[in-house]
Amino acid sequence: MAEEKNLVEVSHLKQYFPVSSGFHKVPLKAVDDVSFAIKPGETLGLVGESGCGKTTVGRSLLRLYEPTAGRIVFDGDVLFDSGESYDEKGNVILDEKGKPLIKNPVKKNMLPYRKKMQMVFQDPYSSLDPLMTVEDIIGEPLDVHHLYKNKAERREKILSLMETVGLNAEHAMRYAHEFSGGQRQRIGIARALAVNPKFIVCDEPVSALDVSIQAQVINMFEELQDKLGLAYLFIAHDLLVVHHISDRIAVMYLGHLMEIADADELNDNPIHPYTLSLLSAVPIPDPKTARESHRIVLEGDVPSPLKMPKGCPFRTRCAYATEECAMHRPPLTDRGNGHMVACFNK
Amino acid sequence: MSEEEKYILQVKDLHTSFFTENGEVQAVNGVNFNLRPGETMGIVGESGSGKSVTAYSIMQILAATGKVTKGEILFKGENILGWNEKKMEKFRGKNISIIFQDPMTSLNPTFSIGYQLIEAVRLHTDKTKKQAYDRAVEMLKLVGVNEPEVRMRQYPHELSGGMRQRIMIAMSLCCEPDVLIADEPTTALDVTIQAQILELMQSLQKKLGMAIIIVTHDLGVIASMCDEIMVMYGGRVCERGNADDIFYRPAHEYTKGLLRSIPRADNMNEKLVPIGGTPINMLNLPEGCAFCPRCANAMKICLHQKPDEIAVGQGHRAACFMNIKEAFEEKEGE
Amino acid sequence: MAEEKYSKRAFLSSQIDLSKFNASDFEKASDEEKRQQDVMGESSTFFRDGMRKLRRNPLAMASIVVLIILIAIAVIAPHICPYSYQTIITVNGRRDKSATNLGPMEYSQLETQYMEDSGKKLFPHLFGTDSMGRDYFIRVVYGTRVSLMVGIVAAVMVLIIGLIYGSIAGYFGGTVDLIMMRIVDVIYSLPDMLIIILLSVVLQQTLTPLIQGTGLAKLGVNMISMFIVFALLYWVGMARLIRGQILQIKNNEYVLAAKSIGTSNGRILRTHIIPNCLSIIIITTALQIPSAIFTESFLSFIGLGVNIPLTSLGSLANDARGAMQTYPLRLVIPAVVISLIVLAFNLLGDGLRDAFDTKLN
Repeated sequence: MAEEKNLVEVSHLKQYFPVSSGFHKVPLKAVDDVSFAIKPGETLGLVGESGCGKTTVGRSLLRLYEPTAGRIVFDGDVLFDSGESYDEKGNVILDEKGKPLIKNPVKKNMLPYRKKMQMVFQDPYSSLDPLMTVEDIIGEPLDVHHLYKNKAERREKILSLMETVGLNAEHAMRYAHEFSGGQRQRIGIARALAVNPKFIVCDEPVSALDVSIQAQVINMFEELQDKLGLAYLFIAHDLLVVHHISDRIAVMYLGHLMEIADADELNDNPIHPYTLSLLSAVPIPDPKTARESHRIVLEGDVPSPLKMPKGCPFRTRCAYATEECAMHRPPLTDRGNGHMVACFNK
Repeated sequence: MSEEEKYILQVKDLHTSFFTENGEVQAVNGVNFNLRPGETMGIVGESGSGKSVTAYSIMQILAATGKVTKGEILFKGENILGWNEKKMEKFRGKNISIIFQDPMTSLNPTFSIGYQLIEAVRLHTDKTKKQAYDRAVEMLKLVGVNEPEVRMRQYPHELSGGMRQRIMIAMSLCCEPDVLIADEPTTALDVTIQAQILELMQSLQKKLGMAIIIVTHDLGVIASMCDEIMVMYGGRVCERGNADDIFYRPAHEYTKGLLRSIPRADNMNEKLVPIGGTPINMLNLPEGCAFCPRCANAMKICLHQKPDEIAVGQGHRAACFMNIKEAFEEKEGE
Repeated sequence: MAEEKYSKRAFLSSQIDLSKFNASDFEKASDEEKRQQDVMGESSTFFRDGMRKLRRNPLAMASIVVLIILIAIAVIAPHICPYSYQTIITVNGRRDKSATNLGPMEYSQLETQYMEDSGKKLFPHLFGTDSMGRDYFIRVVYGTRVSLMVGIVAAVMVLIIGLIYGSIAGYFGGTVDLIMMRIVDVIYSLPDMLIIILLSVVLQQTLTPLIQGTGLAKLGVNMISMFIVFALLYWVGMARLIRGQILQIKNNEYVLAAKSIGTSNGRILRTHIIPNCLSIIIITTALQIPSAIFTESFLSFIGLGVNIPLTSLGSLANDARGAMQTYPLRLVIPAVVISLIVLAFNLLGDGLRDAFDTKLN
């Protein structure tokens, strides 16, 4: 069997935001040259600390932000392409004037694709309109895409969606603020499912929930995936949660991908020094392991993305940093079995 | 030494309520605990469990609608609940300090770090300005802040979250209190910074010998930090014991459910077993056990009677009828 | 394991009396029984919640009562009271020259005589009459009408202009926002009183021929120029406020969520953003009314208000100024009515804010 086709392909994605500093604007490089692919029915976990650009990746991927550069392909259709081409080393090919060579840029109308790619948001409190009933919140995508013929069909669809996510049909006329965080997150998931998507970006969907509720929502994501064949980009900062739900995990730091590998492989055999310290810093809810394990405590803080270090972004906190790290940015290289690492020294 | 004097802090039958326009919210319903000098105790629970309110009740920094309705809080054997605000002001910071989840909101953005630290030192001691400055610099060094003299001149917004939390810790420890209450000290921080702060708290405890109460929802933080753990739900203590008791021999259905529902190193490829239902509605507390509407093994008795805490092992207590059921069935079997 | 269980049993039996319990206590509870313990609160909407809070606010409720009474009087009184605000009292078709400067509830000589002759009862002069022999009560009622109308019309104008301008600037942001807000800054910096005075002078000449013979003429040029000034100047505060609100609401994740399901800009503005700043809009409008009434009264007081013989509370107060020593009531009555209206609207606005402003909750 030939290798399965990718559902989502992101290559050389860049997302800069202009930030004014004094009189001129400097780009804040939230996402800088990130590439990855997701297969149908697969979950790719994306972890990193706050400000590393993981949320931005999700939003740029859905073109809720217009990407600065890069190429986004969904199910074989190019949704966005800024038109740069790259050589084997990953450098932009320049034209004779020294500017990047632009060929056939693409900007597709996203409306038809909004039915296929959806998003679940982090904050179950601010992601639901406080003035709308559950019925209207779940019904909005149906309205926008004209997915029903009459009122009765609309209601029927909404009720069946509510059932899918484990909400009581009696609650259709209630307002979002009357529900607890976990139930609100279910409403958000039902809204995303309303259009029958193939791919959902889950932006920290459980981090705002109580511990006892997180498992309910994680299980629901897993069940829905089995039932509907969904692919997820699961963004989170909680490594244990990401490890539990993901097939593969990508680690981000300051807008760059550091390492990407199968979930178990990454957990058992991390290569990048940042992944290592990240894994060791996770407080394990198990006193014996906690007593035995030794934390690799990283020195210092994450640098501001406005003052990004040259070369490898992690070198300022890295115990293995060499001169080469300060000169060049390490490319992602395959260490076997699709375990990609961006580090010169490991 | 009498039993009472062994403890630095004792909370006895604490009841705290908030009087809102929707009615009385009984946030804490009869919490008891004893804290030994130099001990680390963890209070773990989800939102609405009353864990933070317990901490605020000790410090008497409840919101205007909140009131301790019953109980005693003994510091070195003396009930501090009757004290007036002036006496409490002297008490806070000197005897018991608290650090909060978000250090940005507890530092004043309009004053420099140095000014705030020096003020904190001078509030409780009669040091001169110069002495207080030296003390502040010393504290900053102690909490691992590099270039303390430079930091003294900076303002809170110029520092990162981890650095601000370090400064909060320095400020709360500058008068060497006997007890440090840490209310979700690392929740707002990233994992790698969280590790730094936890490490720092442990090493400071070794150096200064204060007792620590960590209030958190994160079982991972609790597991690595605490000698004693108290699990709370619905304003009551479900279970208490040492880390091994709680994690390996849980005796309350809520604790058991909680441990089954979190991803751990050993259940990565299994399905999680969630606790069903929705979080407790504090305005509408159940008549019986607070957890019973969500408990998979709830029994008839749980519906109408609140379980009392009973010992299930050495220093391990739980308030769950399941333990009584087991004993009862054993007796019946005989 | 067995050992552990034994120790547990030993621990327990020393603490509790197991014979207190019977086997039925330990039967499993049904889901139904468990659910009974866990009741979801009464369903309530944002609006209903707010109304409940408003009803519990005694000051706001009192203000509503006062305003309803004042408005009812302003609407009904002219239909009941037989006197006119602009003409001197007539008895049996004869102008009653003796009916000047009457005190409250007094009748003039002519009226007393007429009542004795015909045996009919005349409608009393509740607040007496003024120096020209006009019933003062009906003048105050008309003054209240004018003041209320000025307040409400001005507030509505401010609302419409401010809402459109502010939502465009806020939603589209960027350069559009920058230019639109600089215009607002310029208008904000103009001294409003000066503009009103200048405009009324300029408009006097241009408007007078235009409105000749229409209903507007009754209002007078000053009044119309006042409306124009309100429309031109006072919307800026509202526009700023709405822009700020929209900027804030725009950042909520539900707006992003709406975008991610493919909702168009217009629909987002219509279904998510405007409804969510509606409460602020209503509150600000309620607070705008008293400030307009105040400005009108002030302008009328300095003689720039409505044209004679129409009157407003401000001009009534101004007229009464001359005879303040002898007939103090004539100044006190319009002043009290102005205060009542302004205070009631202000308290109502505050009450609305307490009840509906999400930021305060």
